[in-house]
Amino acid sequence: MLTEFGRILAFIIVGALFTAGGLVAAWLLRPHRPYQQKNSTYECGEEPIGNARVRFNIRFYVVALIFLIFEVEALFLFPWALVFKSYGMFAFIEMLVFLGILVVGYAYVWVQGDLEWDKPMPRFLTHQRRTTVFEEKEETTIHS
Amino acid sequence: MGLLDQKFESANIVVTTMDKLLNWARLSSLWQMQFGLACCAIEMMAASASNFDMMRFGVIPRATPRQCDVMIVSGTVTLKMASRIKRLYDQMSEPRYVISMGSCANCGGPYWEHGYHVLKGVDRVIPVDVYVPGCPPRPEALLEGLIKLQEKIRNESLAKKKAV
Repeated sequence: MLTEFGRILAFIIVGALFTAGGLVAAWLLRPHRPYQQKNSTYECGEEPIGNARVRFNIRFYVVALIFLIFEVEALFLFPWALVFKSYGMFAFIEMLVFLGILVVGYAYVWVQGDLEWDKPMPRFLTHQRRTTVFEEKEETTIHS
Repeated sequence: MGLLDQKFESANIVVTTMDKLLNWARLSSLWQMQFGLACCAIEMMAASASNFDMMRFGVIPRATPRQCDVMIVSGTVTLKMASRIKRLYDQMSEPRYVISMGSCANCGGPYWEHGYHVLKGVDRVIPVDVYVPGCPPRPEALLEGLIKLQEKIRNESLAKKKAV
């Protein structure tokens, strides 16, 4: 009587009703006595300090972007693998073209140096380097 | 909202049936706030482990007070910890129960006189339902405390108490 998708629909409806019934029953039955300490954030018994919204370093931005691209690539590979047999050589070449484009992008990213992790430079190191460069320059001027 | 927040005047059949249902539900899934304070915690762990198997009473250790019904204060409550216990108790969702386990949590135990850093009984900061004596109590004692708590929950009622 039910089609395949009809069964899924029935499953969704029953699931939604079950969840909603539980939530409504809990809403009716539960004690509702909020106060400030009860509503405070659970922090292992400590008093919560600061904001829950933490800022991430800007360095993660490039990594996240590259990750997104290659994740989409992996996502495309799964349906391709499913229909590969029925399409044969055409699908293979098509996917090679797609991967080729992505590999070009990958090479570009690599050459640009975006895959290298920007290391924070402690201040005294850069200071030392500057002074040595300065001294070398002085020496060259003396010699000349 | 909360339909059952108030006490009802008459103990009619609806109220008593609801009592039975709620009490049965509450006493058979007493989720436990998972934290141990001192050596009593070892006995609590033994009570949770396979030999004594506290889980057959529906006591499941949970990691957050929001999901918990019963707090087993197992061990010495130092003054530093007392404020944390109060906060954790506040953060538990109602209905909430407390089992004070061992002499230290009951009254200060061996620290009752010279323990400058120990709270003389956890009932000074939070209300306690069941006291389990012992130093430390054996797992059987904790299980009995648990059964006592279940008895207490079984006798709870939504009806107003009559003046005698």
